[in-house]
Amino acid sequence: FPGLADVSIPQDIPVEGEITVPVGSHSPDEDYSTLDEPVKDTIMRDLKAVGKKFVHVMYPRKSSALLRDWDLWGPLVLCVSLALMLQGGSADSKDDGGPQFAEVFVIIWFGAVVITLNSKLLGGTISFFQSLCVLGYCVMPLTVAMLVCRLVLLAGAGTISFIIRLIVVGAMFGWSTLASTAFLADSQPPNRKALVVYPIFLFYFVISWMILTFTPQ
Amino acid sequence: RAGGGGGAAGPGRAGADTVSARAQGGGSAVIDMENMDDTSGSSFEDMGEMHQRMKEEEEEEAEGEAGAGEEEDGEFLGMKGLRGQLGRQVADQMWQVGKRQASRAFSLYANIDILRPYFDVEPVQVRARLLESMIPVKMINFPQKIAGELYGPLMLVFTLVAILLHGMKTSDTIIREGTLMGTAIGTCFGYWLGVSSFMYFLAYLCNAQITMVQMLSLLGYGLFGHCITLFVTYNIHFHSLFYIFWLVVGGLSTLRMVAVLVSRTVGHTQRLILCGTLAALHMLFLLYLHFAYHKVVEGILDTLEGPNMPPFQRVARDIPVVSNAVLNTTAKAIALTL
Repeated sequence: FPGLADVSIPQDIPVEGEITVPVGSHSPDEDYSTLDEPVKDTIMRDLKAVGKKFVHVMYPRKSSALLRDWDLWGPLVLCVSLALMLQGGSADSKDDGGPQFAEVFVIIWFGAVVITLNSKLLGGTISFFQSLCVLGYCVMPLTVAMLVCRLVLLAGAGTISFIIRLIVVGAMFGWSTLASTAFLADSQPPNRKALVVYPIFLFYFVISWMILTFTPQ
Repeated sequence: RAGGGGGAAGPGRAGADTVSARAQGGGSAVIDMENMDDTSGSSFEDMGEMHQRMKEEEEEEAEGEAGAGEEEDGEFLGMKGLRGQLGRQVADQMWQVGKRQASRAFSLYANIDILRPYFDVEPVQVRARLLESMIPVKMINFPQKIAGELYGPLMLVFTLVAILLHGMKTSDTIIREGTLMGTAIGTCFGYWLGVSSFMYFLAYLCNAQITMVQMLSLLGYGLFGHCITLFVTYNIHFHSLFYIFWLVVGGLSTLRMVAVLVSRTVGHTQRLILCGTLAALHMLFLLYLHFAYHKVVEGILDTLEGPNMPPFQRVARDIPVVSNAVLNTTAKAIALTL
């Protein structure tokens, strides 16, 4: 592979890891076993983790808690609720011009996968599922925007409501992009941040566009 | 890994080699499946457990009879269930080979590092290439350099998809079979990959010096002109403006692609074929994108709509006009019959 000799490797990222390998299952691990605890404890622990990540998205700070313990529950819930709310937004019931549930679902996950692959190919140090987790959680402001739009559309569909919806969706789009950039751009070499931010911008732009142009039946 | 390496040497020797590896005990990084406590009934675990027991018995026998020929004992344990032992060794062998093949296949196909060199760009380079894609080169007697980079073209295709979606939404296009998003992605990626492959094939026939990645890159950067044109004309609906943009912007990017191709081809006929095809496909695609996904002039639609509407796949809707036309026709029909 002579072409790979030109791949630039960042020099300032420390190499770290664990050298010991877990040997066998002989050690008594009653302290760490989570099999015997009541179901309520398990569920509460997972719910707390998901809730903590939601708070992190609300106030984006450069913390590594979101990245370290990734989980995909939050993104799944957000994606399903957004797809449900966006379903069937067309004036004709026979042939749909609005996005279907499957379409929104596929766009969100396929878009997140493409962005993750792109950031990995550009030399990112973040893992696949960590990136999916961050992108999924940062859809939350847009889900809130969808809720607000739906409520505003209940009141009427005039120019004023369009302006309100435009402002709300625009603000939430900016928030989503900023939040995900705060987490993801750190894992890139410093001079390539713009290359990673642009696909994220496009991704949230497409979702915002779907939300803004949603008209209920 | 030590056990696996020993297992590669054939069923007869597997016994003797893996004995020494496994005898080192639990301090290795190899997963010691024989010592697992749960008896889930999985055949591999049972096989491994029995295998280990056989090996231990084998080891005792081998140590007991010092000079008695270990290989023979390893293979034929006298009357002790010859078929069973061979069967277990074969199963063990197959398991190790399977594991090795699976990990090799995974590291081969799931390795995205193959694409890594094509994404090794800086933002300034991308910006420079975007601007260059609108400037036709003058020197066509010397082969022009094409950067084999895939980040810019990929982002341009996705941007074109986003712009198409915007255009389809603002013109209330209804897709009867399929979805808006699917159509947009299919059109843009289909054009980029399909036309690139076709042009690469033509270039191969015409002896042009261009590789597939370079062709993908060239055509992808040519889409920058399309993006600009469509972005402007989907928002400002003047047909004359579109035609001006089509000629100027589309023409500039086509000229650049054509000039680069010409510089890499020898012979007048070949140059003509290549450049004619590329220019035609590029300009026609922009025309197609504008007319198929955009508000058609209302006059054409009014005459075509009505009770005898032909089955269009994509129709731009204007509800009050349709209902008015239908109302008028029915009113006239009723008036005539009365």
